[in-house]
Parts: sequence; structure tokens; C-alpha cells
Amino acid sequence: MSMFTEGAPIADTRAPDGPIETRWQQRRFSGKLVNPANRRRLNIIVVGTGLAGASAAATLGELGYNVKSFCYQDSPRRAHSIAAQGGINAAKNYRNDGDSIQRLFYDTVKGGDFRSRESNVYRLAEISVEIIDQCVAQGVPFAREYGGLLDTRSFGGAQVSRTFYARGQTGQQLLLGAYQALERQIRAGTVRMYPRTEMLDLVVVDGRARGVVVRNLVTGEVSTHLADAVVLATGGYGNVFYLSTNAKGCNATAIWRAHRRGAYFANPCFTQIHPTCIPVSGNYQSKLTLMSESLRNDGRVWVPVKPGDTRPPDQIPEAERDYYLERMYPSFGNLVPRDIASRAAKRVCDEGRGVGPGGLGVYLDFADAIARLGREAVAAKYGNLFEMYERITGEDPYKVPMRIYPAVHYTMGGLWVDYDLQSTIPGLYVIGEANFSDHGANRLGASALMQGLADGYFILPNTISDYLAAGPFPSIDPDHPEVKQTEQEVRDRIERLLSVNGDRTVDSFHRELGRLMWDYCGMSRNDAGLRKAIDQIRALREEYWQRVKVPGSGEGLNQALERAGRVADFFELAELMCIDALHRTESCGGHFREESQTPEGEALRDDENFSYVAAWEFTGVGRPPVLHKEALEFSYVKPTQRSYK
Amino acid sequence: MNLTLRVWRQPSASAEGRLVTYEVTDVSPDMSFLEMLDVLNERLILAGEEPIAFDHDCREGICGACGMVINGVPHGPQKATTTCQLHMRHFSDGDTITIEPWRSQAFPVIKDLVVDRSAFDRIIAAGGYISAPTGSAPEAHSIPVPKANADAAFEAAACIGCGACVAACPNGSAMLFTAAKVTHLGLLPQGQPERYTRVVDMVAAHDAEGFGGCTNTGECAAACPKGIPLETISRLNRDYLQATLRRH
Ligand SMILES: Cc1cc2nc3c(=O)[nH]c(=O)nc-3n(C[C@H](O)[C@H](O)[C@H](O)COP(=O)(O)OP(=O)(O)OC[C@H]3O[C@@H](n4cnc5c(N)ncnc54)[C@H](O)[C@@H]3O)c2cc1C
Ligand code: SF4
Ligand code: FES
Repeated sequence: MSMFTEGAPIADTRAPDGPIETRWQQRRFSGKLVNPANRRRLNIIVVGTGLAGASAAATLGELGYNVKSFCYQDSPRRAHSIAAQGGINAAKNYRNDGDSIQRLFYDTVKGGDFRSRESNVYRLAEISVEIIDQCVAQGVPFAREYGGLLDTRSFGGAQVSRTFYARGQTGQQLLLGAYQALERQIRAGTVRMYPRTEMLDLVVVDGRARGVVVRNLVTGEVSTHLADAVVLATGGYGNVFYLSTNAKGCNATAIWRAHRRGAYFANPCFTQIHPTCIPVSGNYQSKLTLMSESLRNDGRVWVPVKPGDTRPPDQIPEAERDYYLERMYPSFGNLVPRDIASRAAKRVCDEGRGVGPGGLGVYLDFADAIARLGREAVAAKYGNLFEMYERITGEDPYKVPMRIYPAVHYTMGGLWVDYDLQSTIPGLYVIGEANFSDHGANRLGASALMQGLADGYFILPNTISDYLAAGPFPSIDPDHPEVKQTEQEVRDRIERLLSVNGDRTVDSFHRELGRLMWDYCGMSRNDAGLRKAIDQIRALREEYWQRVKVPGSGEGLNQALERAGRVADFFELAELMCIDALHRTESCGGHFREESQTPEGEALRDDENFSYVAAWEFTGVGRPPVLHKEALEFSYVKPTQRSYK
Repeated sequence: MNLTLRVWRQPSASAEGRLVTYEVTDVSPDMSFLEMLDVLNERLILAGEEPIAFDHDCREGICGACGMVINGVPHGPQKATTTCQLHMRHFSDGDTITIEPWRSQAFPVIKDLVVDRSAFDRIIAAGGYISAPTGSAPEAHSIPVPKANADAAFEAAACIGCGACVAACPNGSAMLFTAAKVTHLGLLPQGQPERYTRVVDMVAAHDAEGFGGCTNTGECAAACPKGIPLETISRLNRDYLQATLRRH
């Protein structure tokens, strides 16, 4: 049986034609509006309260729609966006260093290795400037200079300084801004909040997304919420690898369930491995901690020249150190994009030049920065990150260089959406990391926060009205067969998980799956490895349903049961990721196929055959999915071999 | 190292709770406190027992989900550190560790170490924001903010909403949490128009949720993992006084 079949290409993305600078304006003008008096009668479900979901729910509430918002945490403020450290990009050009919307657009298309949609990326760059205005007005305490104006710093893949930040806690401050706007709407009665509530399925009636089935995580009650449109803002799926920088609860259930109901899943194999994370220290390890990319502004990455050199770093003389990023990429140096920095780290470790236990680490050294700027100045910029490092490793990075290693961090893939951010199911919108848009095969640092807020504050609230103008849609009886059946399926699945009563824990399976994915579908991939992974994933999935042990019952708080459902979905997604990686025989961005590299070992794209978005249609568990191609056209940025030398 | 744990077990909000003793062996000093509990939970599951329920998510000290009273101290012995960032190298072989949930009337226990902190969200909803509907914002540089104010606002805004301040306070007051937000927004020019209604509304919500009054014991700031300073409370009190004077 072949791994997949090919279906009709995607003909229309709804992106307007015409000069790229005018497209967003055109789309807003051509979209239908909903008159204010009617908005109250329209119900919108927003799942997720990260930057994308909280900003969307708050803005839709302000517009007067009737919104229901869901998250699995005890408070919307705890969504995973809270953990973003480094910053948010915007083409403000406050530094007069040659930045512009055009340049941010260009950097993003190039950084994504020419696998994103030009119209979307241009719009993102355009909106970036409004985001900063909006956040400042809400009281987000961005870093400022002595004159009282906003400070910026540089991030990988850019030669301008366009990253706005709030010490090492940018995500926290941006999310609190959106959360406070959301709470304001909750108080005003336009938004109803359902924390500790997990979406377990999507209700589709007459071809439209009309609601969600959720489980109240405190009481265990399963119920259905109906609406005129559903927005998924449920974040990325990096936790399929078990160890990642994501929060423990991050999961793919909402988007995977929607995929099973008909939403195409785009570029699932495009995952980002972040170069600067604290290395794994033991097999009890439950997650990996990111050290922000901003550290590469001042930290220098190196390993010993000689393989197997076990001397402590301070005893390795300058001449016997290899500052390999500066050597290989003189014009970007330590600030090359993430995919390139990660692969370079893997390469030097594969050569036996890695440092620390197991040789899986490279140094990130601040000695020069401390000598040049003084300890105070370095502490002011990175103090909290240094502290976090010390807490975890017990080592003081002011004295000993940090040890870092790449780790899974972000997923560029996600549900396919058109220019309006609507999925292939009418009425189902997908925003933030949960969709596939904008970053192509590699995301630039500080661009996820930008995209989440662009989607939530500015794009979705405009585009969704075009769909809702045809509403309110016929009201649905809670006893409608589609509703009853979806709810029953959710209940059956919970029952099934509880009744296996085997002899292995959910986590033991999750770790094993993660290991498989890391080995065969991680930083570098090849045909034989991917085929092996697919076989092993299928076997492990079978075993899961025979041997998993989930204690307790479905009534009341049961955290093991929550995890069991999420891991079951990861198993299915993992298989699709491997199929996608197997079919794309080119290398691009974070997707590195060993069969496709330049003589220097850089990713070698194959534009002739792969200049498309791969959107997958579900046909059943373990059955070959159907590939639909969205052809990518580049009229403004000419695809070239990406070079950061 | 080997440890003895005494853990608060309570099946549900309405059930009685009690401390249950567990022995854990082979704990690595590099483990985090939560990883140590993960290992115990894996063992409990395989033995057919209910694992210990506790809130957590980021495990990086930023989401504010985690929180337990460890040997009588919210978030445990290490200063300015959340439970998830506490590592076992701060304990010694043979130690007995008592683990309990936040105790406060306004934070009812849901199960084991999990409590209901939704009262915090309602305090924010009462006024912990600047009204700036999407699209209404002026150009960011039209409002310069002196660096000192921006830095001080940031410091107060670093609160993660964990609730340790409440757990530490003999009165069960959430004044540090409330004051952190009042200070963050009150220090910024954008926050001025709503400054006085904000403080009044937030304090009213705080009291209505059943949090106790503040008697300046300072236990909150000592327990706070983010170093929110006690001065934020003085600031809240000054603003509150101003606000009441203005009303007369
Ligand atoms: C450690 C770290 C640092 C980062 N730093 C940066 C940075 O400096 N700059 C940058 O641009 N990007 C950064 N990123 C990436 C960025 O933080 C994320 O991509 C972004 O925050 C995702 O936002 P989101 O709104 O899409 O989803 P999230 O913030 O992940 O929110 C997901 C929401 O969905 C809810 N949810 C999920 N599943 C369900 C379900 N089934 N039912 C109900 N609710 C559900 C959750 O409760 C949550 O509210 C970082 C990421 C990590 C991991
Ligand atoms: S003030 Fe400190 S202790 Fe209280 S909720 Fe905020 S971070 Fe936690
Ligand atoms: S788990 Fe997020 S702060 Fe501890």
C-alpha cells in the first residue's frame, strides 16, 4: 500500500490579486460587514487564550459579538505564550537602520526558505507596526531607553534591530495585556470564560463548523457548545516529541480532532529545533528549557577544535577554540537563523567536539561581552535568563560558559488556512501557532508573537465578519444527530482509555514516541529512517491501546486521563508528520533531508518539484492520507539559495 | 538520595483530606521538585493507586500554575523560586518533606494539591486593565515613558499570579497581588485616566472574594517568587486614599 494518494490541488486561497501593498486593504474592503446590532446575535467560540486566542476573543467581544472562550489551564493568563522570552518583531524602523515593511517581508520569506505565501507574509509585516502601538496603549511595559523611547534588539536572520522586548519576559507581558483586555470583556459580559475546560472534538453540521464538545476538567462532565463560527487558537504540537520547550500541557488534540473532521493539515513535518536550550540531564527529564535567542546578540558559540577535548573551558586557549558560526557564516555570525545554527551544533557534536556529559552540548560564552560591557550591563539585559540557567544546572554563567544544545521548540506546520485564516471546513478559523501560515519552513525569532497578535487583534476580527454576515445560521437542536453522535464518540473514547487497564503508563509511551520522532523525524531525516519510524509508530500505537494504564475514572479531576487523550492524538499526528517528511524529498528550512544537501552540507531546496504547501486530508487512522498541493508563487521575492555567509 | 514525603491527599473539594506518607528512593539532585513527584506518580499509577494531582504547565517559573506549601513555606525553601524551578539539590538524603496545597478561604481545594484561584481573575476583571480597544491606539512613540517608570512598572508587572502571597499571609490577604497590578498600570501615563477607579474597584473585588485585610506582616513579599516589593502595597494604599478623598 502506498503511503499516500494525491488529490486535487488547492485552487483558491482567497488572497486578492494586484500590487501586494494593496491586497489587505482590498480584502477588507471587499469583505462583508456585520452591522453592530446583529453582532450580539452571533455566537463565536474561541478555543485557546494564548496571544492569538486572547487577543481575538477580546477584540471580538469589543466589537459586540457573543463570545465563549476556552482554555485547559485554571486561568487564561497561563497559556503557553506566557513563556515567550526574547521579543516581538515590528518594522517600525525607529533605529533608522534601513528597516521597512518591505524588508521584514523579505526577511520572513527568505527566512522561511521560500515555502510561505507572499500575500500573507506581506500583510503580517504591514500589521506588525500596529501591534506595537496597540500593546503600548494597553500598558505593556516594553524596555525603554533613557529618553523614554522604545528600545529594540537584533534577532537571528535579520541585520536590522527590530525586536521589541520586555526584559526576558516579552511573552508574559504581551499575554497579560491581551488577558487584561479579555478580562475586561468578561466583566462587560461580551465574553464568557470557561477555564479548565478541554475541547475534545469539533461539531460539524451541514458542512459548517458549528460547535465543540468539551470536557470540564474539574467535574469530568462532557458537554457541547454550539455557535455560528469556531476559532481554534490552541497553539503548536511540539510536544509530540515529548521533550520540547513547550509547556507540559501543550497538545494537538483540538487541531487533530478538527483534522479528522475534514480540516486539511498543512506541512506537518515543518518543525523548528531551537539552537539554544539547556541540554538534557537525565532520563527523568520532563521538559527542556529554552535560553532565549537574544543571548546570541552577545554570547559567542564555540567548541574545542580537537575532538574529545575534555578540558574545562577556561583551560582551552583561544587558539584551540572553534567559534564555528563566526567562521562559517562571517556576515551573520552568531545570529544565523535557527535551523542553520541547530544543524551546525549537531554537526560539531557528531564530529565528537561536543562538550558536557555525553558530548551533546556547545558553549555559549559571555566572557567577551562581560569584558566589553561590564557585568552590570550584561545582567541588565539577560539577568533573569542567567538566573534560570543557574537554577537548573547549578552553574554560574557569569563565570563558566553556558552549555546549550538544540531542542524542539515550535511547529510551522498546522491546519491549512486561506488568506482569511479559514480552514477547509467553512466556519472553522485557525489562528496563531495552530495554523500553518506565514513562516514557511522556518520561523524567524520573535515572529511568532507578532503573528499570534496580528491574527488575533487585526486579521481574524476583520475576515470573520465576511463569513458571519450570512448568519446567524439556523439554530441547532442540542439533540441533533450530528451533535449527539460527536458527543457519544467523545464519551466512548474516554471510556476506552480508562478500560484498557494495562501495565504501562501514558508517559512511558509518550517518551518512547518522542524518542522515535527525535531520532527519525528530528534535526535530520532520511528515507529509510522515516519508513522505519512509520512502522514503529504504528506498532507502538497498537500497543498503546492494548497496554496503557489510566487510573481513576472519568468523573472529576483526572490528569492522567487528560494526558492519555492527548498522547493518543500525538500518535496519529506523528505518523502524518513522518509521511509528510518522507514525501518531501527536498531539504528546506527546518526540514533537512540528508539526501538533499549542498557540498557544504546546507539544505538544498528543489523548487521545481516542491514549491508548494502540502495540505493533507484525513482518510482514517493508519490509512493513506490524500495530498492536496497549494502551489506557491513568488512575484516579489525571487527564490534563491539561502545564504548567510 | 532517599526521602520521606508527607503529601496532602484529598479526593475532592467536599471530601476530607489527610497527609499520606510515601518513601521515594534514588532521587537525583539534578531533578526538579516536580520531576521527583512525576517519578512517584508513575510508581503510584503502576501500583493501581491514584497519582497526586498538582497544577503545573510551563515548568519554567513563568505561568504561575504550580504552587505547593513545602515544609510550611509556599514554593519551598529557595528564595525567589517557584516550585517548578526548585531542584532537589537543595534537599539532603534522609529528609522528610511535607507537601500541602495553598491554604486560604478564597482558594478552595479542588483535589490534593490543586486549588481554585479563579478569584484572581475576577480581581483583574474588576479593573486590572487599561481600556484600549483594538484599533484605537496612537503611534507608540507619541507617549514617551521615562525609563525609571517603565522599569518600575515592569517590575510590578512581573507578578505571575501564583497565589503564594495569599498562602503565606496569616490573614489570607491578596493585597500584594492586587497592588502589583495597581502599581504596574498606575506608573504608566496610559494608566492615569482609570487610576483611581481602578484601585477602588479592584480592592472591592478583593474584599468580596473573601481575601483577608492587609496588616503589613510582609510575609507575602518574603514568599513571592518574583520579588514583588512590599512598597507596591503602600502605593496602593496612597492611591486608595486619594481616590476616597476625591469622591468626597
Ligand atoms: C520557551 C518559548 C519561548 C518563546 N519565545 C518566543 C519569542 O521570544 N518570540 C516569539 O515570537 N515567539 C516565541 N515563542 C513562540 C511563541 O511563544 C508561540 O508560538 C506563541 O506564543 C503561540 O501562541 P498561541 O496563541 O498560538 O498559542 P498558546 O499560547 O500555546 O496558547 C494555546 C491555548 O490553547 C489552549 N488549548 C490548547 N489545547 C486546548 C484544548 N484541546 N482545549 C481547550 N484549550 C486548549 C491552551 O489552554 C492555551 O490557552 C516561544 C516559545 C517557547 C516555547
Ligand atoms: S505577588 Fe508574587 S506571590 Fe503573589 S501572586 Fe504575584 S507572583 Fe505570586
Ligand atoms: S509550572 Fe509554570 S510557574 Fe511553575
